[in-house]
Amino acid sequence: MKYIIAIIKPFKLEEVREALGVLGVQGITVTEVKGHGRQKGHTEFYRGAEYTVSFIPKVKIEVAVDANLADRVVETIQTSGQTGQIGDGKIFVLHLEAAVRIRTGETGSAAL
Amino acid sequence: MKFPPKLRMLLTVPPVGLALTALLPSSSALAAASVNKGDTAWMIVATALVILMTIPGLALFYGGLVRTKNVLSVLMQVFICFCMVSLLWFAYGYSVAFTNGSPFFGGFSKAFLHGVDVTTLAATFSKETYLPELTYVIFQLTFAAITPALIVGAFAERMKFSAVLLFIFIWFTFAYLPMAHMVWWWAGPDAFTLSAANIDAVKAAVGDSAAADFLAKLAAATDDAAKALVLSDYSMAVNASNGWLFNKGAIDFAGGSVVHINAGVAGLVCAIVLGKRIGLGKEVLAPHNLPMTLIGACLLWVGWFGFNAGSNLEANGLTALAFLNSILATAAATLAWTTSEWMTRGHPSLLGAASGAVAGLVAITPACGWVGPMGGIVIGLAAGIVCLWAVVWLKAKLGYDDALDVFGVHGIGGILGALLTGVFVNPALGGMGVTDYLATDTSTKVLEYVFSAQMYAQVVAVLTAAILSGVVSYIALMICKVTTGIRVPEQEEREGLDIGSHGERAYS
Repeated sequence: MKYIIAIIKPFKLEEVREALGVLGVQGITVTEVKGHGRQKGHTEFYRGAEYTVSFIPKVKIEVAVDANLADRVVETIQTSGQTGQIGDGKIFVLHLEAAVRIRTGETGSAAL
Repeated sequence: MKFPPKLRMLLTVPPVGLALTALLPSSSALAAASVNKGDTAWMIVATALVILMTIPGLALFYGGLVRTKNVLSVLMQVFICFCMVSLLWFAYGYSVAFTNGSPFFGGFSKAFLHGVDVTTLAATFSKETYLPELTYVIFQLTFAAITPALIVGAFAERMKFSAVLLFIFIWFTFAYLPMAHMVWWWAGPDAFTLSAANIDAVKAAVGDSAAADFLAKLAAATDDAAKALVLSDYSMAVNASNGWLFNKGAIDFAGGSVVHINAGVAGLVCAIVLGKRIGLGKEVLAPHNLPMTLIGACLLWVGWFGFNAGSNLEANGLTALAFLNSILATAAATLAWTTSEWMTRGHPSLLGAASGAVAGLVAITPACGWVGPMGGIVIGLAAGIVCLWAVVWLKAKLGYDDALDVFGVHGIGGILGALLTGVFVNPALGGMGVTDYLATDTSTKVLEYVFSAQMYAQVVAVLTAAILSGVVSYIALMICKVTTGIRVPEQEEREGLDIGSHGERAYS
């Protein structure tokens, strides 16, 4: 099994989720995060104070999939999450050692 | 001390700044006194408006400007300040501000509002026109309550709550009350009508024998110059127990010096003595809720109509002029700040717009009933630019952490307004001119405008407010330092005052 973490632009979430649904991926976890890669931040002014804000709001999605589906999931996220502008994000693939469905106790691929 | 004739006239005729209570003879003796339900109703409404300025106007304005972890502490400090000062006002505040004592500090004859009831009266600025004294008590209460609450902005996010309470108690007693007394305590317009028909008011002002004496002298005066001399001497006698700044001829319609310069300088001293917040210059200390700040700013603006227009103490054309100036100056200041910010820093910000509005309101406060609309607009434009300069450049240059810019907006804005009031009161510049109360009829007669004399008076008022407030603030902080301590421990400042001082979180 593989655990896939993707950082994407917030407004791309719906598109990515729908595309993953078409692939058969039904479980997904979403977190609001801040970060930056090579994308620059911006400057905010509050009266006399000037702040350079380097972190940009992003969304992190996490999905657990069978190893044979992983490549297609990565490709799907990449195409649906892409805008072509700087700051589109990144996808990471980790090896997933075990998975358990809490309701039934199923393990392995049956839990995904 | 001998003054040249023109200056003498200016100093001996009381400038009307704010309505103040008069020494009133008993109601039965005031044959010509009238209390108008329209005036009374307006003053009660104006009072309610000014209360809204503090709770929740100022509270929300400041609340949105601090970080999430400190919002409750700021709301609490403003809210409790209002409650505390209301009670102190009843106990001794009104008496010390508005009874006879010295020209610097009143007496305790009306402590706990002794002698004040639903029948007693207070003078306005018009002859033979009075208000129920209780309306004056409540109106002035709201001014006394908001002034120390303004200082909260300077020491926000790091001061001990117990120290805040002790500081406000001391400062209210020794900085606010004397300023209110010095600027606003006077004998009332009827005391200056030297005529046989007004004998009761004359006696109340200068005593029975002196009253007879002056009347005889006036009757004996053969020409205008002789009459003027008698009237001048008479007004000096009447003025003997007035507030010191009132007698100097300083004009301040709604309290630019008593409220704004006073609080502004106190804020500066507090910011310096308390020191900078942890993380200033390194961490993000940005506002957490600017919509809340705007709500507060708008409540301040609307409530300020009660503050400025209500300071006329009557419902008439001058009230409407003060109201108009409070719109035009504020709008001009907002646009001036916004435009200047746009040009110098790239973006017109909402915080800048709200701050510009408050700066304009502060600056027009002493001027609103004295200047014409054009003068008001010029004052607003100046305030928008100068206060922006103060909060962006001056604060950074001098390095004090006046967290919410109390000195930059209220202090600098108040000083600017006080000085420009002296300029634009000039009838040649559309101003109202300073009323000549020695004119025995009730029509509006104004004194000749003398620029140097008027500006001198304004400067004296500015310096008095600044020095008194600065000294009292410093001493009050030192007292807090050895009793309650003034600053919260670093751990608490890091975690936030809401949790540390009040055991609560604002948003779950």
